Amino acid sequence: MVQYIIRRLLQMIPMLFLLSILLFALVNLVPGGPLAGQGRSRRIRPEKAEILKRQFGLNQPLPVQYVIWLVGNDWMMVDSDGDGIDDSKGQRQGILRGDFGFSFQTRRPVIKEIGDRLPNTIYLVGITLIIVFIISIPIGILSAVKQYSPFDISVTTFSFMGQSIPEFWLGLLLILVFYVWLTNPFTGEPLLPPGGMSTLGEEFSILDRAKHLILPVTMGLVGWVAWYSRFLRSSMLDVIHQDYIRAARAKGLRERTIRYQHALKNAAIPLITMFALDIPYIFAGTIYVELLFSWPGMGRLYYQAATGRDYPVLMAILIIGAAIVFISNLLADLGYAYLDPRVRYD
Amino acid sequence: MEVDTSTGKSSTRTSENVTGIDGEAAALGPSAESMTTIIWKRFRRHPAAIISISVLLILVVSVILVSFSPYDPEASDLSARLQPPSLQHPMGTDQLGRDMLTRVLYGGRISLFVALMVVVVTLVIGIPIGAFAGFFGGAIDNILMRLTDVTLTLPTLLVLILLSAIMREMELPLVERNSVITIAVVIGILSWMTIARLLRASYLSIREMEFVEAAHAMGASNLRIISRHILPNAISPIIVQSTLMLGYAIMLESGLSFLGFGIQPPTPSWGNLLSNAQMHMIQHPWLAIFPGIMIFVAVIAINYIGDALRDAFDPYKVY
Repeated sequence: MVQYIIRRLLQMIPMLFLLSILLFALVNLVPGGPLAGQGRSRRIRPEKAEILKRQFGLNQPLPVQYVIWLVGNDWMMVDSDGDGIDDSKGQRQGILRGDFGFSFQTRRPVIKEIGDRLPNTIYLVGITLIIVFIISIPIGILSAVKQYSPFDISVTTFSFMGQSIPEFWLGLLLILVFYVWLTNPFTGEPLLPPGGMSTLGEEFSILDRAKHLILPVTMGLVGWVAWYSRFLRSSMLDVIHQDYIRAARAKGLRERTIRYQHALKNAAIPLITMFALDIPYIFAGTIYVELLFSWPGMGRLYYQAATGRDYPVLMAILIIGAAIVFISNLLADLGYAYLDPRVRYD
Repeated sequence: MEVDTSTGKSSTRTSENVTGIDGEAAALGPSAESMTTIIWKRFRRHPAAIISISVLLILVVSVILVSFSPYDPEASDLSARLQPPSLQHPMGTDQLGRDMLTRVLYGGRISLFVALMVVVVTLVIGIPIGAFAGFFGGAIDNILMRLTDVTLTLPTLLVLILLSAIMREMELPLVERNSVITIAVVIGILSWMTIARLLRASYLSIREMEFVEAAHAMGASNLRIISRHILPNAISPIIVQSTLMLGYAIMLESGLSFLGFGIQPPTPSWGNLLSNAQMHMIQHPWLAIFPGIMIFVAVIAINYIGDALRDAFDPYKVY
């Protein structure tokens, strides 16, 4: 098993390497290089642009730039003030040592930008996912056990709708209903805040935090509840018609025990695998939520970087994103082997 | 002879009305039905799918007929700004006085066209890759499947945003900046992997069958066996997947346009209509409601059709 994990992790290296070349080439396809957008939007004079280019090391040939991006330039002399003379040692450590460079927009290290935003995204996604599972597991089980009952039919219909509703439109509707149309009967203020993590200028309170969570969490969870309850329903249906369930019933076990202990254990295996595979999509989906509700997280950071052509940030998030895909695929396979003794890797 | 059960072809047929190598049903008495008839019969049992087909047809006809609308989708009429829905303007007007119904239907034309193009691109890329990988196996299979794996690790939405941001800066021959076709091709290039994997699996099992061996014995070339003998028997999962891909593409395109990285105004698409509505929706909610309903209705109809097709093609499903 340990060997298997090591082999998978080793396989990840050439893939990420390929991806990094691909991304680097893409970003440098832009005529004038990554600074082009900056120059145009801020009307930098050509001589100033030259200085900036030398400071960012963009005057070097592309392969050299790629190597510097990968391993850093603290082993060579660079032109730190942009006057054309190499005068001091480089500061960059390269992405292999976790240095993704400086954001063009804020001039802060990319890794700090990400570090500031990541906890906010994890906070939002974590709470959303907890609620997703609290809702969808019992719904999925019940609708499988009572197949074709009115409950099951309405769950199936709902999950079809939940999977077909565009997330961003759902968000707009939620803002319309809970911010524009509904008001708090006591104060006359809008029922729920339209964005942010907490009310500005107010002291920390759990109630305030919770109020700011309701709409973004609802927007994020509908699609996933629909998907997982449907998924669990069909894997439960596969399981409850198997012989060992009939044997458990014949033995005289209570229906509850059969459902929640015997059937659920096997039905949950594909669910957990599927969940691991979904992790990257869950993170990508936060772009819509964070943008609509001005949530200071990774999704909004990526969006702002794309509108501001902040290539160091874009590349860092994409590389990290691809690594998350790899790791979650590996987790899916490992979880599968751990939960199902019939699966073996060697 | 037997045709592969996993492709859903043999279950409803008796073995004598499957003829031979080409797998066409012969007219053997009154009970012989063509595959299409059988699928259609099974498909009809889904009331939701029948409703969905009608809804989709109405939608397609209306986005075609919108050319006869008295309003121009892009010319502004400042005397009629931000009017609520009325008889003249059933979906109201936007901040430039443009009729929303006309714009929503023109947007539908763009969104549906993009979705169709995406499906075409995924098929053009996915079918050869899946077919060659499954048919030849070995090194070819290995290379093609690694390519599939690498593409699968790309976070689609993020890469689309990056590509769109980059393409705005570039002047490429043949590529118009963020044109409808460019968007469709780029989405397609990032979405063909499921088709390739499904097709590879079918080819792996079908290539071992006797009718393929017979075709080899008769001297058919590999290319002919891949395209004329195996493909027709491997097509049903592809039909289902393409249908679902339509809905996925509509969602992805409208999401991208909503974020401002897809179809650019003044060309309307369902996504950028919603994006535009964001600024005005507090006083003028109709701007945000109608385009979203259209996406929702189109996607749910397509998903119901895909689901019914899956059941209709499923040889294990008993009615």
